[in-house]
Amino acid sequence: MSAQHRDSKGRPVVAVTGLGVVTSLGQGKQTNWEALTAGRSGIHRIERFPIDGLRTTIAGTVDFLFDAPFTAPELSEKLATLAAEEAVSQSGLGSDGDFPGELFMAVPPVEMEWPQKQELAQAIDGDVDYDGLLRAAATHKHKPMHELFLFGGVADHIADRFGTKGSPISLSTACSSGATAIQMGVEAIRRGETSAALCVGTDGSVHAEALIRFSLLSALSTQNEPPEGASKPFSKNRDGFVMGEGAGALVLEDYDHALARGATILGIVAGCGERGDGFHRTRSSPDGKPAILAMQDALADAGLTPDDVDYINAHGTSTPENDKMEAMSCSAVFGERMARLPISSNKSMIGHTLTAAGAVEAVISLLTIANGRIPPTINYNQPDAAIALDVVPNTARDAKVRTVISNSFGFGGQNTCLVLTAPPEPA
Amino acid sequence: MMRDVVITGIGLASSLGEGIETHAAALASSVAPIVDTESFAPYPVHRLKPLELDRQIPKKSDQRQMEPWQRLGVYAAGLALDAAGLKDDAEAKSELQVIVAAGGGERDHAVDSAILTGLRGANQPGAFLNERLMGDLRPTLFLAQLSNLLAGNIAIVHGVTGASRTFMGEEQAGVDAIRTAHARVASSQAEIMLVGGAYNAERRDMLLLLEAGGYLRKGDFAPVFERQDVPGLITGSAAAFLVLESTERAKARGAKVLAGLSHVAADRARRSEQGAVEASLRKLVAGFGTVSSSALVISAATGAAGVTSEEASAIASLPAAKRVAAGDLVGHSLEAAFPISVALAAIALANDQASEAIVTGAGHWRGEGAARLVKA
Repeated sequence: MSAQHRDSKGRPVVAVTGLGVVTSLGQGKQTNWEALTAGRSGIHRIERFPIDGLRTTIAGTVDFLFDAPFTAPELSEKLATLAAEEAVSQSGLGSDGDFPGELFMAVPPVEMEWPQKQELAQAIDGDVDYDGLLRAAATHKHKPMHELFLFGGVADHIADRFGTKGSPISLSTACSSGATAIQMGVEAIRRGETSAALCVGTDGSVHAEALIRFSLLSALSTQNEPPEGASKPFSKNRDGFVMGEGAGALVLEDYDHALARGATILGIVAGCGERGDGFHRTRSSPDGKPAILAMQDALADAGLTPDDVDYINAHGTSTPENDKMEAMSCSAVFGERMARLPISSNKSMIGHTLTAAGAVEAVISLLTIANGRIPPTINYNQPDAAIALDVVPNTARDAKVRTVISNSFGFGGQNTCLVLTAPPEPA
Repeated sequence: MMRDVVITGIGLASSLGEGIETHAAALASSVAPIVDTESFAPYPVHRLKPLELDRQIPKKSDQRQMEPWQRLGVYAAGLALDAAGLKDDAEAKSELQVIVAAGGGERDHAVDSAILTGLRGANQPGAFLNERLMGDLRPTLFLAQLSNLLAGNIAIVHGVTGASRTFMGEEQAGVDAIRTAHARVASSQAEIMLVGGAYNAERRDMLLLLEAGGYLRKGDFAPVFERQDVPGLITGSAAAFLVLESTERAKARGAKVLAGLSHVAADRARRSEQGAVEASLRKLVAGFGTVSSSALVISAATGAAGVTSEEASAIASLPAAKRVAAGDLVGHSLEAAFPISVALAAIALANDQASEAIVTGAGHWRGEGAARLVKA
């Protein structure tokens, strides 16, 4: 196969040939797209665990996959499997269990959970301590706990299930992890190491302790009634994010490789930008510089300018800080045009799917391009005069969208932006 | 077009102490390892030789916001930046890309123990758990636990404002971190990279996870390749960070080149098949070309049953002059293990102890990696 297509920097063009998604709105692109464009919320009261004494009692959990109790890595793996099955199947690449490319996975950090520790503690007489737990573990009657709670476990199982090649990557860049997984796939294809990559972001980690940790940081919305009204990005009365679960999967492929096998090209990952922020562990630089540079880098990487962008898929978490900073950064990049440039937040409906968010929202961005319809920011009833934006309030809007920038920002100074474009017009 | 990649900075801290000279001496004279068999009995552990944290993390407020594994990692990263002459180079630090191989944060063992004791008699266990977690977890603990916050703290403490990525997944995270950093510099996707990992072995929650799977050695110390009586890991607190850059860039800025990193490769054998790990390691090293008979081999082998003997066989097949198990010097450090072995190899080359080095490492439950270093 002769390499025919190169991007503006002389590199292989990275096509998207498969997409899959699961969120609290349901399983699959069709279900999610209908709900998202209808402005429906997947946020609900938590039933997975007791909510007594919690300040936040709502989340966008995925409750339709298991009947019996499960752990975060088990749900994360199930979500990833479903999203990847949909994406790989759509791509038509390889055969079942034999995906001819590498795996890049954004997975939530996991650790032994309370039910498992309680199981170990059962064997202890008297007060529980870690030496007692260690003695219980040393009986080796609880062997599966080891693999279950290893950080590399989920990706290893996905690699087995799909037969991906090479050493699977498990990564975290906090709330931008899903975007980083895609970026790593793009880089591997541009280096010519692989002609295809399966990039997945997954997160099924809403349990009591995870929620309480975010709650103690005052990061979560406490406006529990009604649940579907809590996530209100860019609104004046926004008061924190709502935890969500889900997975997004993309099959990335060298464009020429995809053309040669007659694959349907769903879009192009044209550019990626990433910047660190050494200002603070949870707050971003007051001048917004890292987020601004990440967007500018992504556009430069794509060989595009701000004027080429038709729509911004916002990080839009609904925290007072993020939305203010994101609006400011976008204004710096897009200038006066920002007042008219549509920007909406999927998180208003599905909550913040954390590790998965960058991948889930990349999938939705590509659906936005394909359908020519922009999902709204719901719950936008009290505009924030300080950040005047066209947030596509409350109702989906038809629009020709060829180029999207999708933003992801995370704790620890992680800023990752992707530029996604429509498939090239047939020559 | 692929560029040559060189190592211009090494930061290493372990039970033996810190720095290039300390570890070069250990490599040259095969000193006795520092093992504590009492504190975590029956599990031997290589405890970290205490660091003067102020030397790399000047602000006490920063020190307080980190857990031991993060402080150790930030410290070692600082050593690497110092060695590379980058600490005060704001421009370089703004383009320095970081990859960290990391696990997760430490549990509050006292809180966990009290809650587990209380849960037994609780009428409403769910409500009890919520109440205790809301009351007993330190709000900032979460940040000290997040895997990517080692990278975040490197950014804050050392002013590294290039982007960072954190790889997770035990030993293989360390292999893939080095592999990816190397590939990005070689392919001109990045100019200069800081890559490494840190592991704190002095924590019962990690011992618990490893012991649940039956992966820990009990009793006394024995060399990695001589643990047939009681196979298993002896973990060690240690961290290693490396500065990688292209030869051209190192030359242009007049940096001292410590070693060349010519190849890094990784794979994932199907471990249900016996011999698969040995075959995988052999294949990885064979991809590097002919290994010289004077080469030094440094193995990040874990000591786990089965895979360690397979790694030993793979190493025995190489025409090397000397074979060293990094675990015999500093213990096994999971995510940091492979970066530590690469750092040791680079130190040996920089100190004229060898002119070529091969590094191998098979993770305790999955993943194999190898690297080749050459004299600069």
